[in-house]
Amino acid sequence: MAHPDPVDVLIIGSGASGGAVAWSLADTKMRIVCLEQGDWQNSANYPSTGRDWEARQFADMATSPNRRQLWSDYPVNDDNSPIKVLNFNGVGGSTILYAAHYPRLHPSDFKVKSLDGVADDWPIDYHQLEPFFAENDRMTGVSGMTGDPAYPPQKTPPMEPLPMGRSGRMLGEAMNRLGWHWWPSDCAVTTREYEGRAPCINLGHCIAGCAQGAKASTDITYWPAAIRAGVELRTRCRVREITIDNATGMANGVVYYDKDGQEVFQAAHVVIMAANGVGTPRLLLNSVSAKFPNGLANSSGMVGRNLMFHPYASIWGYFDQETDGNRGPPLSLWSHEFYETDKSRGFVRGYSWQFGRGVGAILEAQQSMALGRLPWGADHHATYRKLYNHRMNIAAICEDLPELHNRVTLDPVLKDAHGIPAPKIDYTLSENSHRMLDHAIARATECMKEAGAWDVGVEKPILNGGWHLLGTARMGDDPERSVVNGWGRSHDVKNLFIVDGSVFTTSGGVNPTSTIQAIALYVADQMKQRLATLFD
Amino acid sequence: MSNTLANPPPSWGDPTLTDAEKRTLAAMCARMIPASAEFKVPGADDPLIQADIAKSLGRDATAVHEALALLDRIAGGDFAALPVAKQDEACATLRAEGGMNLTLTTRIVLQCYYRDDRVMISLGMEPRPPFPKGHVLPQGDWSLLDPVRARGKIWRDA
Repeated sequence: MAHPDPVDVLIIGSGASGGAVAWSLADTKMRIVCLEQGDWQNSANYPSTGRDWEARQFADMATSPNRRQLWSDYPVNDDNSPIKVLNFNGVGGSTILYAAHYPRLHPSDFKVKSLDGVADDWPIDYHQLEPFFAENDRMTGVSGMTGDPAYPPQKTPPMEPLPMGRSGRMLGEAMNRLGWHWWPSDCAVTTREYEGRAPCINLGHCIAGCAQGAKASTDITYWPAAIRAGVELRTRCRVREITIDNATGMANGVVYYDKDGQEVFQAAHVVIMAANGVGTPRLLLNSVSAKFPNGLANSSGMVGRNLMFHPYASIWGYFDQETDGNRGPPLSLWSHEFYETDKSRGFVRGYSWQFGRGVGAILEAQQSMALGRLPWGADHHATYRKLYNHRMNIAAICEDLPELHNRVTLDPVLKDAHGIPAPKIDYTLSENSHRMLDHAIARATECMKEAGAWDVGVEKPILNGGWHLLGTARMGDDPERSVVNGWGRSHDVKNLFIVDGSVFTTSGGVNPTSTIQAIALYVADQMKQRLATLFD
Repeated sequence: MSNTLANPPPSWGDPTLTDAEKRTLAAMCARMIPASAEFKVPGADDPLIQADIAKSLGRDATAVHEALALLDRIAGGDFAALPVAKQDEACATLRAEGGMNLTLTTRIVLQCYYRDDRVMISLGMEPRPPFPKGHVLPQGDWSLLDPVRARGKIWRDA
């Protein structure tokens, strides 16, 4: 089947960046189509509506596609990585399964070469993105508190913060005694009625989809607005390759498999990749032609390279006092005390902390038994009662500097259900990352003990911690060292744009979704300003 | 439950346990989480909990079959037939040698045990899903941030 009548803009992927770029471009009145390999989610079926809500995080709502194995998923060979890839495939993408922790990158993150002599500066900066951060906060519905001394003062979340809770008070008091920064997180969770969304009621299990609709995922934020504005979203459509007009070197469309498994060609004047830092290089590398024998837009050889995950460490403590457990959004406080470079620490760049209220009853039992803290036999019950609802945790998110050997390639054997080669991950932790993780663990242990922990546990790095997929089609001014320019356009193919986490030049040390979406809005704005000369 | 599908793919393994496997599983669960009169909870060998486990193998069916087979091998053939002291010895060996198959098996046992109404009530939990009632959290006093505000800017100019 073929749709030779070209659409103006074809977007691949409907997640964090795909939803944002579609909505922003919709006011041009161009014909815009988005292809999404998964389907719409029904919030009535989210885990928190059932008694098996904790079990489903290891089943159909697992964060690992290799574990989930839904029809909408593609496999990922991440055997050669100490950090496993996580994602979700459906309308909303991985915003369906994220924790909605919503910090921005810092101004310094865009200038790491200038400031610290490592990696590369971005071709854009924080101040260029600032209006798009703000616009994204409004569209997403962000809660938080103005005045965080870790950020420039213009950041004003539109809603008041999530509750501090018992856990927050314990941690805040400890951080004050240590003299360390902490602050209510910016969270993509409503704390009051907002644009037709109900406020958070502390279901406690944000990650596996919010049945209340309080957590912002793009299926309930950007997409309804984009569709009302005329964007067409086609679900259950898996793109196999982007095709090229060999005469012009321009993209002329895509080949995809529709919901019936039929091969379809869709012509397009502009193609925008929004398929995340693994899906985008996979598709570019699968789009081989005589002009691009090593993959589309890959004359630099940078497609798939410089993969950055954010190495995470988890540090948790047990306390005599009762904590919040799973009775609220898991993340609502952060610390950026150790974010900016201090070379006396033995590493460059830095990390943030996200404070966790606690975990649910089943996860507590599973983790504690796996680690030998919860015994078999007669002592099981008494021990468990000291653990359950007595835990808090700190997750350290470390800046991951780009390295050429950390990369996404195509697996020579593994394929998805449509026979499309699957991505293969090769990744190692750098010495800088190890030092940063060790520093974070030592300081977080100090914090836990200051808060009164009688026992502390550590996981380094978090194995199932590949939430953030960054850097594999990096942004830069030099076509020999980057894939897209400072406004998201491929150096090689002038009607191909990338707006997802692939374009990150460096990773920063915070959750990236807010910045990914601000970049998508920025690229859309640049496209609109340059419509007459878009392909020059 | 959610770890199951009407037609699970063969790669997940046989979703049903044999009668012999059920006996081994129940005996193992009794050693893992015994009933407690003090805490007013059943053991993990309780028939309702065992029934929940048996229908929840899902993606881990192969791991459960293999863990139970290993336990019977450690026991010399029939774990359930051993005296309790010998069962505890066999369980200790299983915990040393069971690896990921045992981890996945215990994960299912625990997920079914700790969602049982009687166990949840014993822990002070309401036996219900989180939605639609949710939970109540203390809002807290944000004046606790005053020392952070007083310290001033920590972000780096760029």
